Amino acid sequence: MVAGPYCTKLLADLGAEVTKIEEPGIGDESRSRGPFLNEIPHPERSGLFFYLNTNKLGITLNLGRAQGRDVFRQLVRETDVLVEDRAPRALDSIGLGYDSLRQLNSRLVMTSITPFGQTGPYKDYKAYPLNTFHSCGEGYVTPGHNPFPNRPPLKQGRYVGEYEVGIQSALATLVGLYHQRMTGLGQYIDISKQEALIGISTAELSFYPNLGLIPTRGTRGYTVGGIMPCKDGFVEICIYSEQDWEGLVKLMDEPEWAKKEKFKDIPSRAEYSAEVQQLLMDWLMQHTMEDIYQRGQKLKVPIGAYYSPRDLLNSPQLKSRGFFADLDHSMIGKVTCATAPYRCSKTPWRAERAAPLLGEHNETIYHMRLGYSKEDLAKMRGLGII
Amino acid sequence: MQALSGVNVLEFGGMLAGAVATKHLALMGAQVIKVESSKRMDITRVQHPGAHAALIDAAPTDTFMTNETNLNKLDVTLNLGNPEGIRLAKRLVKISDVLVENFRPGVMDRMGLGYETLKETKPDLIMLSISMAGDTGPEAHYTGYAPIFSALGGVGHLTGYPDGPATEIRFPVDVMVGTTAAFATLAALIHRQQSGEGQYIDLSAREAASCLIGDSIIDYTMNGRNQSREANRDEIMAPHNCYPCKGEDKWISIAVKTDDEWSSLCQAMGNPSWTSDARFVDGLNRLRNKEELDVYISEWTSQYTHYELMHMLQKAGVAAVPSFNAEELCSDPHLTERGLLVVVDHPTLGAQTVFSPPAKLSSTPANISTPGPTLGQHNQYIFGELLNLSPQEIADLMDKEVIC
Repeated sequence: MVAGPYCTKLLADLGAEVTKIEEPGIGDESRSRGPFLNEIPHPERSGLFFYLNTNKLGITLNLGRAQGRDVFRQLVRETDVLVEDRAPRALDSIGLGYDSLRQLNSRLVMTSITPFGQTGPYKDYKAYPLNTFHSCGEGYVTPGHNPFPNRPPLKQGRYVGEYEVGIQSALATLVGLYHQRMTGLGQYIDISKQEALIGISTAELSFYPNLGLIPTRGTRGYTVGGIMPCKDGFVEICIYSEQDWEGLVKLMDEPEWAKKEKFKDIPSRAEYSAEVQQLLMDWLMQHTMEDIYQRGQKLKVPIGAYYSPRDLLNSPQLKSRGFFADLDHSMIGKVTCATAPYRCSKTPWRAERAAPLLGEHNETIYHMRLGYSKEDLAKMRGLGII
Repeated sequence: MQALSGVNVLEFGGMLAGAVATKHLALMGAQVIKVESSKRMDITRVQHPGAHAALIDAAPTDTFMTNETNLNKLDVTLNLGNPEGIRLAKRLVKISDVLVENFRPGVMDRMGLGYETLKETKPDLIMLSISMAGDTGPEAHYTGYAPIFSALGGVGHLTGYPDGPATEIRFPVDVMVGTTAAFATLAALIHRQQSGEGQYIDLSAREAASCLIGDSIIDYTMNGRNQSREANRDEIMAPHNCYPCKGEDKWISIAVKTDDEWSSLCQAMGNPSWTSDARFVDGLNRLRNKEELDVYISEWTSQYTHYELMHMLQKAGVAAVPSFNAEELCSDPHLTERGLLVVVDHPTLGAQTVFSPPAKLSSTPANISTPGPTLGQHNQYIFGELLNLSPQEIADLMDKEVIC
């Protein structure tokens, strides 16, 4: 729902022609998820669907019908890459698995994204994004610093885990495409969301097989700094070196307590950590997030502000880099959205079109690309094929 | 043959995100040369940033993280503070296709290794720079580590309990940034296949984090609604949370979307009388009364282990998966069958367990061939074989602390 579409969005945004195939009349699941324009649910006004499908073409096709599957095969003949996120073997069961499709197109790179992969005892287990995130080990240690010891572990906010899977799927797909361009040969790529998310968590998971330690929500912590509350939010302070500490003391206008013997070096500050943290927090609570961030960074202290979406939109840094773009959508109007984190000098991010309406490009693809006549199209529409 | 066999990559900068980017390429067959020096070692050699600082392994310059993030790479030590070191770096660029660096913006330029200069040496070079805020803008020179760019990116603000603080997110963000960088590099390699031209890519780590909350950003620009933390909650589904299980700090995640799934869950629980209560009669009511629903479900889940619940509920067609910890993942039958763990023999650390690359490619699989290198392990090979320096020249450069 998110990982697969995000994978192909990354490709579409860099110039690939991505055709999104949706079920007639129903469409992608993300159409039924918010944020909706004015918070009124409508399949053509989902901000989630919009973000995940920029620059794509959209067609409808009923794969439950033999004729629909024939059309699908025709499309596969003309394509470099197929990304799908149905349950394992769901496409095989209707004759559209990789082994059949490669007969039609030996160059095809096919990427399947499922919760637990195509093999193994859990391959048919059901999992929504909540479950896949908790299946990877990072949920168990979230949130660190254990603010409420009796409460459950957490997933990362919104669909963050799904986006992370999408990036890894896009990377693997491009590796397949690079190889295809070298050799003319396609291949099959099996992405397990669980393993992709384990992939982002290995730094901490490695503690167990290599040191015998099981990280928990309580094992993360800083002796000085970390996430701390301030007057109007939270800041992140990373004090790793003596120089960082000196900068922090300067930021606080050199308070008397900071000069005490017992806070003189890293080991002693670690020993009196609780005291240092309390004194630091007392100071932070008098100051705003933005002030601490800006003044701290000017003193070269590694400090960050915990920005909300609104703060991102107001950030002079993001504005100056043109991180946001406006796209016009026929049912939503102007939408300001995030672009991409990379500025590529020769292959820039493009804002060619907003997310497609359901079946918006049926005529473009079926009539102009595959050569079906307008009468054929009307017939297919009547039969519920498209 | 692996997909990226024949692609030569250089890595500068010694931070985690850059190391992860080139690790992805190395696992797919690229030859990656990591350039560091004893004066400026990789961050994983000198500290284990953030967590468990006391646990740096006995060998002072190799930790299990150095191994894990540098699998399959070659390693040279080159003093970039020395003009001769810079000259050698340029010779390495000449035999490379891709250069990934994560120094602060401007550092490569000041050393004479900026893109405009290197392009003269190697016209079709793909150079990718990773920094916290990107190369340009008023905050380009600001510094930070993963927890800072996940905070600035907005991911930390949206993670946590509604009545609790924002959440510090560490390593996963570094890995995500590194993976994004590897993706952008592949896109540039494909462009070069087609056009013959290289390019420069400026990647901002905090923007990479912001891209993961793109839908929340649109909620603000479209509706003016500034989202906040929702714990494990979902906007449509309930139950949708982690529930306590038998044992200490054991939890199962359960998510129910359809009425069918709800009846299956009720049946698995033995259809207790509360399930027919009007408060839980349909999806909308369950969502409205989710806190009470969670109390009832928790009472039931507490009687079983999380593995028992997963198997029982999955059999009934309900999405239920434990919130696994590191120990459980390492012995889980599903992951074992899929080959999660790989043991490599590291020259100073001995047997080290690492995690196999997640994407399974059928004809060009990722492959772990060598452990993470020790400092300067491949000096002789790279300077001698690849750059054709004589043993005497290499010895002189070592004496002059150019190779060191």
